Amino acid sequence: MYGEVRALDNVSFEISEGELFGFIGPDGAGKSSLFRILTSLLLATSGKATLCGFDTEKDFKNIRNITGYMPGRFSLYSDLSVEENLEFFATVFGTSIKENYDLIHDVYCQIEPFKTRLAGKLSGGMKQKLALSCALIHKPRVLILDEPTTGVDAVSRKEFWELLKGLKSKGITIIVSTPYMDEAQLCDRVALIQHGKILAIDKPSEITKSYERQLFGISSENIHKLLVDLRVYPGVLHAYAFGQTIHYTGKDTTENLDNLWSYLKECGHARLEINPIEPGIEDVFIDLMQNEKLSVEQ
Amino acid sequence: MKRFRAFVVKEFRHMLRDPRTMLILFAIPVIQLLLFGYVISTEIKNAHIAILDNSNDEITQKITNKLLASDYFILDSRLSSIKEVEPAFKKGIIKEVIVFEEGFGRKLLQENKASMQILTDASDPNLANLLDIYTRSIVSAYQQELSKSTLKSGLINVEFRMFYNEELKSAFLFVPGTMALILMLISALMTSVSIAREKELGTMEVLLVSPLRPIQIILGKVVPYMTLAFVDMMAIILIGHFVFGVPIRGSSFLLIGTGTLFIMLALTLGILISTVSKTQQVAMLISMVGLMLPTILLSGFIFPIENMPKVLQAFSFVLPPRWFLNTIKDIMLKGAGFFDIWPNLLVMVGMLIFFITLSVKKFKIRLE
Repeated sequence: MYGEVRALDNVSFEISEGELFGFIGPDGAGKSSLFRILTSLLLATSGKATLCGFDTEKDFKNIRNITGYMPGRFSLYSDLSVEENLEFFATVFGTSIKENYDLIHDVYCQIEPFKTRLAGKLSGGMKQKLALSCALIHKPRVLILDEPTTGVDAVSRKEFWELLKGLKSKGITIIVSTPYMDEAQLCDRVALIQHGKILAIDKPSEITKSYERQLFGISSENIHKLLVDLRVYPGVLHAYAFGQTIHYTGKDTTENLDNLWSYLKECGHARLEINPIEPGIEDVFIDLMQNEKLSVEQ
Repeated sequence: MKRFRAFVVKEFRHMLRDPRTMLILFAIPVIQLLLFGYVISTEIKNAHIAILDNSNDEITQKITNKLLASDYFILDSRLSSIKEVEPAFKKGIIKEVIVFEEGFGRKLLQENKASMQILTDASDPNLANLLDIYTRSIVSAYQQELSKSTLKSGLINVEFRMFYNEELKSAFLFVPGTMALILMLISALMTSVSIAREKELGTMEVLLVSPLRPIQIILGKVVPYMTLAFVDMMAIILIGHFVFGVPIRGSSFLLIGTGTLFIMLALTLGILISTVSKTQQVAMLISMVGLMLPTILLSGFIFPIENMPKVLQAFSFVLPPRWFLNTIKDIMLKGAGFFDIWPNLLVMVGMLIFFITLSVKKFKIRLE
């Protein structure tokens, strides 16, 4: 709870051991609050959470020994060097870099050449790798990463997810949150979260399958005008820009495409293309968000 | 223990790598001390005085000449009655009036005893103090000279009265005062800011998720600052003693012990402040307004507590620096021993226990 705002509302889920589980949702959806409850940093106003059988309220001491937590913003000491940071966290958790080196090797070897550099002077991607190393150094059973790839360039993001896959193969349960829909595909299972509520929870492939209607990708010479025209088309359910195409869904699943085609032609669109496409996580998300909104309004 | 050591090492690294911290820790205490010291102990030259000589004999003449021969005094006027003293001061030019009693020379030679009075305008207390000291030293030098030449041990009884600020007690106030101020600054301000910084930068979140216990985090913060505050305390005592000649009449161990107690007290105050402030700025503000200002204004450092309104006098009882200042002044200047000051120490120990309990209770094991 932030003041009177309910950050999380009636959330219930279960994550199996060894799973790579993702919470996908926009900023302010409640992901960070959820993670803070899981790491025993916040108390839920009601309800119960357990991590590896430990209650987050009563057994917080146990929880703090078995979890590796990486907060949403960079939370290491900028005025300490890479190595000093790692050493500090190793000692705090009662271990040493040497002892668990094999676990962090894949991550740490990428930043090891810069180990004498101050952490504050690292690039965004390297900072995240250092933070991951620090969260891993005590061989946690559960790794909780709050938006580890936010503000990181595309190449580093890809590398980061590769690292997570490697860690998963070592048996560590990983719970990660991200605002990037494309990263959902990389998780074993995902929960779509919005306004403190979980909209859907399943494997990414199952989630995209749950999209009931046919989705079309429409493009023309003037994308902007196309979007405006589609939004006022009587049969429209969703229409939104997605890169250089418009994703369009009609209200009626058996809708005659010819009507749409001639409507757009009448509007004067040249080089018009309409193709049926497979929905992605983002499409499902938008659909679920709309439904949510409708049900709230009703 | 290893965890704790790692934490302390980390703290020292933070301190040593931040130029601002180093400045506050080492440059400011020395500068402040020298500044206070020199502002107060500036040499006096050509202070205007008046003389009321009720005797007007050879000896009073000689003393007057000796006084005026020094560079310190300029004779402004000779007074003829004690009633002229007050108006003379009120003009604001004359800073000191010297009064010889009737038959001064005769009494000194025959009865071996004569009295003179030094009256000073203590609206500037430090000046008044210095004038008094200078006058006395000249008179006593003359007295020695006289006893050598006449082989008589005449005793000049110098009576001293300060006008307008009779409660002023010591010219050496600034060293104990600066000590209180600086120990407060380093211990309370720096600790509270350093804990608040962990909160502000989000590292507290990571520390809380670690198996570190609150007491380890608190002690880890306290130990480095305690060490540095101790170094600063020693430096202030040494500079005060050797540069400004502040006496240490009592036991040095007792003095250092009292200082250490005060450092611990200030540290716990710092921790208490940090538990209620989320950012460095808030911590700094609370420390400044809540601790530094009272230390400067209400502890008796600059303004004598006895001259304060009753309400503020009562308030000063809850201020740790007041007790500290009182105690070390007694030790340094009056040579008080443990049995003279133990009630003060007891009060400080009581405050320490109270604040430690409060801050450990208030330290949050979770985020708010």
